[in-house]
Amino acid sequence: MAKFEYAPAPESRAVVDLAPSYGLFINGEFTESQGGSAFKTVNPATEEVLSEVTDASAADVDRAVAAARRAYNGAWGRMSGADRGKYLFRIARILQERAREFAVLETLDNGKPIKESRDVDVPLAAAHFFYHAGWADKLEYAGLGTNPRAHGVVGQVIPWNFPLLMLAWKIAPALATGNTVVLKPAETTPLTALLFADVVQQADLPPGVVNIVTGAGATGQAIVDHPDIDKLAFTGSTGVGKMIARSIAGTRKKATLELGGKAANIIFEDAAIDQAVEGIVNGIFFNQGHVCCAGSRLLVQENIAADVERRLKRRLETLRVGDPLDKNTDVGAINSKAQLSRITELTDAGEAEGAERWDNGCELPAKGFWFRPTVFTGVSQTHRIAQEEIFGPVLSVLTFRTPQEAVAKANNTPYGLSAGVWTEKGSRILWMADQLRAGVVWANTFNKFDPTSPFGGYKESGYGREGGRHGLSAYVTTESNG
Amino acid sequence: MPTNQRTATDARVDVRKTYKLYIGGKFPRSESGRSYEVVDGRGRFLANASQGSRKDARDAVVAARAAFPKWAGATAYNRGQVLYRVAEVMEGRRAQFVAEVRAGEGLTERRAEAVVDAAIDRWVWYAGWTDKLAQVLGGLNPVAGPYFDISAPEPTGVVGVLAPQRSSLLGLISVVAPVIASGNTAVVLASELRPLPAVTLSEALATSDVPGGVVNIITGRTAEVAPWVASHRDVNAIDLAGAADADGVVWGDLELAAAENLKRVLRPAGEGVEAVEPDWTRTPDLSRITAFLETKTVWHPKGR
Repeated sequence: MAKFEYAPAPESRAVVDLAPSYGLFINGEFTESQGGSAFKTVNPATEEVLSEVTDASAADVDRAVAAARRAYNGAWGRMSGADRGKYLFRIARILQERAREFAVLETLDNGKPIKESRDVDVPLAAAHFFYHAGWADKLEYAGLGTNPRAHGVVGQVIPWNFPLLMLAWKIAPALATGNTVVLKPAETTPLTALLFADVVQQADLPPGVVNIVTGAGATGQAIVDHPDIDKLAFTGSTGVGKMIARSIAGTRKKATLELGGKAANIIFEDAAIDQAVEGIVNGIFFNQGHVCCAGSRLLVQENIAADVERRLKRRLETLRVGDPLDKNTDVGAINSKAQLSRITELTDAGEAEGAERWDNGCELPAKGFWFRPTVFTGVSQTHRIAQEEIFGPVLSVLTFRTPQEAVAKANNTPYGLSAGVWTEKGSRILWMADQLRAGVVWANTFNKFDPTSPFGGYKESGYGREGGRHGLSAYVTTESNG
Repeated sequence: MPTNQRTATDARVDVRKTYKLYIGGKFPRSESGRSYEVVDGRGRFLANASQGSRKDARDAVVAARAAFPKWAGATAYNRGQVLYRVAEVMEGRRAQFVAEVRAGEGLTERRAEAVVDAAIDRWVWYAGWTDKLAQVLGGLNPVAGPYFDISAPEPTGVVGVLAPQRSSLLGLISVVAPVIASGNTAVVLASELRPLPAVTLSEALATSDVPGGVVNIITGRTAEVAPWVASHRDVNAIDLAGAADADGVVWGDLELAAAENLKRVLRPAGEGVEAVEPDWTRTPDLSRITAFLETKTVWHPKGR
C-alpha cells in the first residue's frame, strides 16, 4: 500500500507564555520556597528545558496546609453551596476560554499529541468543573446520607499522564463539596497546574482554597504525613498507593486511591473486527499507553486471532509517531527518560521470556524520548509483560476459546481497573460485565470518560471512585459515620 | 419601557422597545393585530404588549413540537451549557430586568434587585440539574432474574406553562427552567398584567444558544388563550401555576380540558378550588422537574 504523506501541520506554541521559573501557589499568590530547591521540567519530545520549578520543602507544605485550613475555617467553609458552585462555573468557563493555551502547554510538558490535549484533556477538564459546579448546592440529592459536609483540608497528589485532567478530577469534586485543597502535580508535568493557579486568580477564588505545591516524592510524602490533612486523594502507581495506605494506617485520614491497571481487551469471534481493531489501537496507543486503564492485554478468541493480528499490524503501520505539536500526530513522546527505561526493561524481558516481538518500524526523532508502537504475540499469562503494568505503547496478545476462559484470564491479575468486551451479542456483554472484576467495563468501545460516570478500580487498582454521584461521596462525611 | 424623564427639557427622547411575542425563535406581533396596555403598580402606562390569540398559541405549539426532538436528544451536558449561558446573558441585562420588575411589581429598587438576583441564581440551579437527573431519578433495578434492567427519566414532550401572575420574573423562571432543563419544550403564557420581564427573557433566550422553539412566550389574556393550550392535542403536559389570580380562569376547567389527551397536569398551589401563588423565594425541590418526566425502563438478558 502506497503511503500517503502528510505535510507538517504544527500547532503554534506562541499562545503559551512561560516564565523562566515558578514559585509555589499558596494562599492565592505565588511565593518563594522556604528551604526547598528547584528542578527543571523538560519537553520530552525535544529534551528542551521549559522552565524551572520549585521542589517544595516540608515547611512549604506546612504553609500550604495552613492556608487551606484558614480558608476552610473562613470564607470557603462558611460559603453557601450555590456560591461555591458559581466559582466552579467560573473556572469551567475560564478553562474553555483559555483552552488552546492549556492544550499547547500540556503537549509541551507532557509529550502527548496536540489532538489529544486539545480534544480530550482540556475539554474534559472543563466539563468536570462544569458538572461539579452544579452539584455544589444539590448535595442533599446525591444519596450520600444525611447532611453531607466537607472533610476539611484535602491533600491531592496526581500523576503525569493527564496532568490537567487529573487536577480537574481532584479539585472539582473537592471544591464542590466545600473542602479546600493542597495539590501536588507530578514532577515531570507541573506546568498546567501552575497555569491553573492563574485561572484560580482570574476566578477570584478566596485565597487558600486551592494551593499548588510542586515537587517530587518527598513533597508528596510531606502532604501525606501532614497531621492537618483530613483526606488524601492520589492517582498514580500501585506501589506508591500502598505506601500511602501504610502511611495513614492508624490515623483518621480518609483516602481514595486510583492506581495501576492491566486491563484485558476481550475480542469475541462475532465482534465487528474493524471496529474492534480501532478499539484495540485506542485502548493501548492512546496517550502513548500512559493510561492506567489502558487495554494492555489483548484477549482474542483463538479462531480469529490470526485475522485480528494481521489487521492490527496493518493499522499500526499507519500510525503517525512524532512531533506532539503536529496536529496529525497519533502517538507522541514518552513522558520521561525514566519511563522510557522502564518500558525498555519490560519489553526486553518479554523477548527474553519467549514472546514474539513486533513493532511498526516507524522512524523516530533523534532527540527526545520515543518508543515504537509494539505488539507481543505468543504471550503466556506468567510473562512479566502479561502481569506488570508497562505504561507504554506495548500490547501483549493472548488467546482464549470460551467465555469462561476469557473471564478467568482477564481476572488473573492483581489489578482490576477496567476491561473491554467486543461482541455483537448484547446478553454476552452483560454476562461478561458481571463476571469481570473491574471498576469500568467498556463494551464495543474503550477509554471513554465522562464527568457523570464513576471511574475507579477493584483490588490493587485502588479504592474509591471519581466522577458521578459516587465520586462526590469520597469528599463528604455524613452524620451517621461522622 | 418609558423612563418617565420627559419633563427635563434637556433629556434625550428615548427609543422605546416594542414588546412582541416569541415563537419559534422569532419575534412576531400577534397574528390578531391586537395589543393591550401594560401599566405599572400605580396605573401609569408602561407599554403596549401584544395580545396573543388562539392562533398564536397553536403556532407556538407547532414550534415547540418541532424543537422537541433535537432539544430532548441533545446531551445533558450540552443542555446544561446552553442553560448556563442564559444565566450569563440575563446577568448582562440585569438593569433592564430590575427596572421592569420594579415597575411591574411595585417593588423598591433593592427588593427588585434581590428578586432579579434570585431569578438568575434559580436559573443556574436548574441548569446544573440537566446532567444529574438521570443519576438521582434513575438507576439499576435488581430484578430477580438474569436481566440487566435500568430505568431512566425522559422528557414528556411539549409543556404548556401558565406563568405566575404576580411574580413576573422569579416566578416565571421558577416554572420555565424546570420544564426545559430535562429536555421538554415549552409554550408559556406570560403574566397577563406583568408581561414585560417575560418578553425580555425571550430576548435573553434568543441571544443565548437555546434553539428556537424550545421556549415560546405568548403575552395576552390568560383566560382567552389558556383553554386552547389546555385542550390542544399535541401538548403533553400543562403547568397551571398561573391560574392563581388570573382573571376569569378556573383551573379545574383547564384540567378537565387537559384530560382529553391525558396531559400531565401540575395543579396550582392552594386548597380545594382555590388557587394561590406560592412564595417563589423558597428553595425549590425536584417536583417541578419530575412533574414533566416519563420513566423509561429497559430490559436486556444476560448470558454467555
